[in-house]
Amino acid sequence: MSAIPDPKHALTASGNLRRRQLVSRAFETATVLAAALAVAVLLILIYYVVKHGVSAISLSFFTSDLPAYDGVGGGIGPALVGTIEMALIATIIALPTGVLTALYLSQFAGPRGDRILRLMLDLMAGLPTIIVGVFVAGLITNRFGPSGLAGGLALSIVEVPLIARASLEAISRVPQILVEASDALGMARWRGIVGVVLPTASSGIVTATILAVARASGETAPLLFTSELYGQSFSVDPRHSLASVPLEIFQLLESGYSASVSKAWGAAFTLMVVILAANIGARVWLRRSERKRGL
Amino acid sequence: MSLTESPLPSEGVRPRVRLTDRAPDTAVVERREPVTREVVFHARGVSVHYGAKLALDEVSLDIYRNYATAFIGPSGCGKSTFLRCLNRMNDSIAGFKLGGDLQYYGHDLYDARVNRVEVRRRIGMVFQKPNPFPKSIYENIAWAARNLGMRDNLDERVERALRDAALWDEVKDRLKSSALGLSGGQQQRLCIARAIAIEPDVVLLDEPASALDPIATASIEDLIHELKARYTIVIVTHNMQQAARVADKTAFFSLDQARVGTLIEYDDTPKLFSSPTDRRTRDYITGQFG
Repeated sequence: MSAIPDPKHALTASGNLRRRQLVSRAFETATVLAAALAVAVLLILIYYVVKHGVSAISLSFFTSDLPAYDGVGGGIGPALVGTIEMALIATIIALPTGVLTALYLSQFAGPRGDRILRLMLDLMAGLPTIIVGVFVAGLITNRFGPSGLAGGLALSIVEVPLIARASLEAISRVPQILVEASDALGMARWRGIVGVVLPTASSGIVTATILAVARASGETAPLLFTSELYGQSFSVDPRHSLASVPLEIFQLLESGYSASVSKAWGAAFTLMVVILAANIGARVWLRRSERKRGL
Repeated sequence: MSLTESPLPSEGVRPRVRLTDRAPDTAVVERREPVTREVVFHARGVSVHYGAKLALDEVSLDIYRNYATAFIGPSGCGKSTFLRCLNRMNDSIAGFKLGGDLQYYGHDLYDARVNRVEVRRRIGMVFQKPNPFPKSIYENIAWAARNLGMRDNLDERVERALRDAALWDEVKDRLKSSALGLSGGQQQRLCIARAIAIEPDVVLLDEPASALDPIATASIEDLIHELKARYTIVIVTHNMQQAARVADKTAFFSLDQARVGTLIEYDDTPKLFSSPTDRRTRDYITGQFG
């Protein structure tokens, strides 16, 4: 049982060290493979969507009315407009709510309220979006009928926890010494928040908002019962149902006509490119502007 | 000082009835200045608790107007804690509690009716680490001034503050560029400019040169000499030479047997450094401690 090695022995692996090294290498290989698989799925997915979708893309695809039931002619113009409009409505609701929640958590909440509210936000972020859709349908659509407003409200419920959590992180990265500097100048608390904390955290908040908008734009389930039954032509009136890209993809694919299916791929390609671009762009921009602010 | 020159107590200092049975702190050498020197801060038996922990005890001293007063002492002796009591910067720390009597021109600083925003508007502070806002050089100074209603001649106000902080010549051509592009020493002078731009009465400096190189330190020290003509300066430093160079009066803080920070000795700077009365002060300034 003498575990003390002979100091004269050559410094090569001996005894059970060889077996331990093998186990270690096998474990390392497994992690690399798993990581490669995860990345490969994304790359294959992108390749697939590009391959099937890019042929449907043309200028008129983005500007035409929705196609008829057989998928012949038309494009996704009204769905793009509807998605943008509902994302806008959602963000108008979710941005102030999320940022004020983050400010409450970072500046005013006690440790107890802080923990509870953080947990609630995490639960809210993990909520299946179909439940959000059912909730808003029960609350609003059942009484007033489906509308872009109801759809936007449902999407805002998806956005709030995302904006709140990411804004909280941005705000908590604002150095405390800046808050102290503002306090020491005889500035009231809210003045310091508006004049120092929010501007310093602004790039993080903007990034959070872009990511939340990207996420909401891709959501189907919240709109399923809140903004369905839309017409074929352009509509911007939020009191009626608005078309949306994800829901249109669902309907085109479900109709099964080959022209519809190829349009569904085109719409999927469009959605994917916009969301990926928003994600990458927001992250790059955040890193650059935070470096500029010395965060 | 001969007996015939014995000075009168300053006006506005109300006699304090001791409610504890502790013996008076004989270590504190009380040297009242002639009445012409106004007392800005009047502390008697000030103690600080953080929760149940006593961090600072029995601090009694007067800080005089247009003097530079230095607080020196080893780390953890409570000198920064006491400095931050003077403009109520400790209020936001959970469990902070101040005992004793701390007055500012005869007003109880910790009275329930005192508004700490107003306190800090009059008693400015410069911190250990330069903390300019991530705004332009101009906005760093103009922001607080504008919000306090000093909107007239804002450009002149900014220029004057920068000149007073000996920074104007270095930044006058790039007022619109980010303050974060300045060097550490420049940033600290910007923070001083920012503090004096709103015309406070007192400027508290919490180890303002500890993060700076010797040249930047020298320029901050020159600045303190000039500023004390118009402001009352209180500076915390762990550098004894710095205290000797800039301060008219120096207070030595240390830890007592129970490891609680306390004021050991407070006197005119030359006196404190040449003939301290307390052995602990002597040990510290001769380098036999800390």
